[in-house]
Amino acid sequence: MRRARLAAGIFLLLVAAASLLAPLLAPAPYARQFREDTNASCSRQHPLGTDGLGRDRLSRLLYGTRVSLVLAPAAALLATLLAGVAGGTAGLAGGWIESSVMAAADLFLSVPWLFLLITVRALLPLNVSPLASVAITFALLGCLGWAGTARIAGAEARALRTSDMILQARASGCSAVRLLRKHIGPNLADTLLTQFWLSIPVFILSEANLGLLGLGVAEPLPSWGSLLRELGSLSSLGAEPVRFVPLALLVLTVSSFQFVLHREDARL
Amino acid sequence: MQVEEAMRSAVRHAIRMLLLLVLGSLLGAALVRMAPGFGVHEEDLDSRLSRESHAALDQKPAEDASLIRFYIHYCGRLLRGDLGTSTSLHEPVRQLLAERIPETTKTLAIGMALAWTLGLGAAFASLLSRWHWIQWSTSFICSLILSIPTAVLAIFFFLAQAPVRIAVGLVVLPSVYSFARGLLNRTSGLPHVLAARARGVGELGILIRHVGRVAAPQLLALCGVSVCTALAACVPIEALCDSPGIGQLAWQAALSRDLPLLVTLTLIVTLVTLCANLAAEAVGGAAFREVRR
Repeated sequence: MRRARLAAGIFLLLVAAASLLAPLLAPAPYARQFREDTNASCSRQHPLGTDGLGRDRLSRLLYGTRVSLVLAPAAALLATLLAGVAGGTAGLAGGWIESSVMAAADLFLSVPWLFLLITVRALLPLNVSPLASVAITFALLGCLGWAGTARIAGAEARALRTSDMILQARASGCSAVRLLRKHIGPNLADTLLTQFWLSIPVFILSEANLGLLGLGVAEPLPSWGSLLRELGSLSSLGAEPVRFVPLALLVLTVSSFQFVLHREDARL
Repeated sequence: MQVEEAMRSAVRHAIRMLLLLVLGSLLGAALVRMAPGFGVHEEDLDSRLSRESHAALDQKPAEDASLIRFYIHYCGRLLRGDLGTSTSLHEPVRQLLAERIPETTKTLAIGMALAWTLGLGAAFASLLSRWHWIQWSTSFICSLILSIPTAVLAIFFFLAQAPVRIAVGLVVLPSVYSFARGLLNRTSGLPHVLAARARGVGELGILIRHVGRVAAPQLLALCGVSVCTALAACVPIEALCDSPGIGQLAWQAALSRDLPLLVTLTLIVTLVTLCANLAAEAVGGAAFREVRR
């Protein structure tokens, strides 16, 4: 089991390194079209072939991995920070502030995740530049994914509110902001870190679902979601196995996260 | 006394649910009102209409000029059962829902039944069996399903021409299995279970009478949560498998920015989820009191 976790960790590092080195490893720019070579099969020039628009699949996979693997942790960081501030403030303040924040968290948790995502995504402009679509997609994931973590952070902060440490800090005239920054924050750090790691695979999968539904990252910028859209035009499950490479990479990456997180969870 | 306690808990939950709905509808109304393009009609761009017609069209948005007035109108319409008209499909939302709810209900019922039968069955099997490979294989399959985006699963089912309802079941299955297995494992280590085992009670008897009964309230609570997971899974599955349900309608509304339809759909789905959670909590609470007694 330990070896499997080590292998999962190494695999994640390799994928991250390959995506960061995409400009060096990619045979062609991700948006370049080889118009005479559309839907080409694997060759030395195009190791994974080309898509329907004649773009090199390997290049798009490397750049798409970079988009998904860099921005999912960014979204997870945003969600965790929001949850830490909301949960920490609610737990520390108590009373109506806590009730309001927890009611808002309950509301977010009551709406099925994908319904919430597509509703808010549809409220924002759909016809935007690729970079704006990346920012919108991942900011949305970050802003909507805070509720579960906020409930956990709120419960921990509530328990800390009546601890001797906080009572003494209050008695010595510590302000609420300082209490949150110096006392509550560091004590919530472990929980927030665990939640941060747990959110990454969830956000990777959410982006893939949004991309497949046409509500994610806009063309020509690749992401795992937009790369998986190629599966929709398959005629049968056995046709063109090379189109399954992005899916295999996604499944392996998310599974590796799950493996590594078991250990991370136990340690924390 | 117990009945009074149960009633108080039910009322408390109902009030909480009502407050959440009011908050949700306010948020939904605010989103619709503030979204870009609100109040712009297709007819505004029609050069064939006279100045008087354009002026008459402009009168309507003036009724909803402020957010508060818009919200009051919105809630008033909701209370009268008027869910508005879809701007993309040009049909009353109520009619669209009436046509599509039965399909989604069937999908949810079959999917949930499948997920719970398989999930609980696998959890019981991994607990009762001494073969580690059963536990390994069930955990592996569940991890694999968890790592595949729901939309990809939908594409596989569409290509294999398999029933889409099974896909919903597969999405819910990992959470049911993992939670049930963990819970049953923890419960089977409790002192009363160890005592029963020491007295020679059979494993199946222990599982049904001592482990299952104690774990029932939490499993019922999970049932409410799994409705939420199944409903979320309906969006990509129905959209990509061309199944005419609520999920497909939500996706079409999102792509055509049909905000009145989308927000109403989200509110209804939230109401269903809250009701499912409330019912699960109420039944789970009753089961817990029964176990404690």
